[in-house]
Amino acid sequence: MATQIPIVNYLALGDQPHLVATECTNCGARYFDRRNACAGCSGTEFGSAALPTDGEVRSFTIVTFAAPGVQVPFVSAIVDLGGTSARGNIINVEPTPDNVSLGMKVRLATYSLGVDDNDVEAISFGFEPIN
Amino acid sequence: MSDDIWILGIIMTKFGKHADRDTVDLAAEAAMGALADGGVTMKDMGILAAGCLMQSNAGIGQQLQKQIGQTGIPVYNVANACATGATALRTAIMAVKSGEVDMGLAVGVEKLAGAGLLGGGGRPKSDKNEWSPSGRYGAVANTDGRIGTDAMPGVFAQVGMEYGHKYGGTSFELFAKISEKNHAHSTLNPLAAYSKRFTLDEIMNDMMIAYPNTRPMCSANCDGAAAAVVVSDAKLKTLSLEQQRRAIKVSASVLTTDPYEEACQVLPNVNTLTRNAAKMAYEAAGIGPDDLDLVELHDCFATAELVHYDNLMLCPEGGAVDFFNSGATWRDGSMPVNVSGGLESKGHPIAATGIANIWEVCHHLRGEAGERQIQGAKVGLAHVIGLGSACGVHILEKSGL
Repeated sequence: MATQIPIVNYLALGDQPHLVATECTNCGARYFDRRNACAGCSGTEFGSAALPTDGEVRSFTIVTFAAPGVQVPFVSAIVDLGGTSARGNIINVEPTPDNVSLGMKVRLATYSLGVDDNDVEAISFGFEPIN
Repeated sequence: MSDDIWILGIIMTKFGKHADRDTVDLAAEAAMGALADGGVTMKDMGILAAGCLMQSNAGIGQQLQKQIGQTGIPVYNVANACATGATALRTAIMAVKSGEVDMGLAVGVEKLAGAGLLGGGGRPKSDKNEWSPSGRYGAVANTDGRIGTDAMPGVFAQVGMEYGHKYGGTSFELFAKISEKNHAHSTLNPLAAYSKRFTLDEIMNDMMIAYPNTRPMCSANCDGAAAAVVVSDAKLKTLSLEQQRRAIKVSASVLTTDPYEEACQVLPNVNTLTRNAAKMAYEAAGIGPDDLDLVELHDCFATAELVHYDNLMLCPEGGAVDFFNSGATWRDGSMPVNVSGGLESKGHPIAATGIANIWEVCHHLRGEAGERQIQGAKVGLAHVIGLGSACGVHILEKSGL
């Protein structure tokens, strides 16, 4: 079996894939990128915080025109994961306004981006509706 | 004598396609136009601030000097996303305010016709078929389109939809109606890139770019330039009565960036920095939103215009939908917004925008706006926002003379 690599560092794989935020020890601000310091309080100590996999769509758009190489249509959304906002596509649903709504409940889901020459499989994530 | 700053001369070029003219041609037309409008020359200028976002390392200020006057004055080439023009103007204002110079020139220019989608895309593929993490997120693949969208139409669509989630009342049709208003306004603006009126049906059935923004609900990439001459109060008093009469008072000039808040690095928060800028501007000018006769705000997308009604405090908090539906923001309403046609029809040559919107307000305050004149306009506000983010708010008042 191929080893796996997440599409981004903040996606934790394993039995229960989830997002992991970098959390400022001083003020609790959460980030997904590599940090030099905290934008909220300028603190330099960070821990990590596992985020819930279930959330609510706080905003979305359906992109039908994108840069070359970006497959359309897709639903881009801002999802509230227990008070921490994350960006992700809404997946496993037809990308039309009838199928996506503000406040919709969603859960994190993963899918394969394919295997490279070293037999490493990249895993991406999105959010699918909870029926 | 006071420490007031005045706009002495200001102009925008026709926005649109200028295939046979380069950025320096457009910048020169705007700069010489603003100087002539103010009745002054390059020899009177103590500072030049210039911006051209797409050529931000090209020294557009010095290129311009080499065509219209190398007088040896300091040049500040500025770049601040879509707030570049407002930043250039504010740079000139700060130089005059500091007392270092008594007159300054600010220029914004852009060649953007046919530029297409801004933002988005991502890194080129490597030759090797290997997942290799890079960047601050350790991404092994392009995330645009996989983890949300990076392109402007979708980002600003989400800004408007987020407002709908928070307060309710938004719909595809509502956002399209905002665009309908601005395109209707543009029919009176001969300098707009597009001045065609669209029906609501035409707007909603046009090509979808990023729901709910269709093509006419997006700002138009085009070429254009705008420039302004600013002058100190003391210097203005030495000029002719006609120059003093046409001068427009800069009652507030504010520039802000986005303070840290939850989610602001996930979806840019264009709200708080605009609200902060508006508050500071109203306080500096000693006036409130109810005193405004017209507003030019940054409708880079129809979804953005809605949230800025609220951010600029033109309506009660959460009340932007009702405010728009009341008809207030049409040119015959109680608070005309984007009577120029806005970025959706006038066009958005990035660095020119933050001065062109001020020209629009000044044009009305001077009573020179012809067919689209807002009668009796005495006070106006101009707003721009650049993602990243930077927000410029200027409040302008008619001379009492």
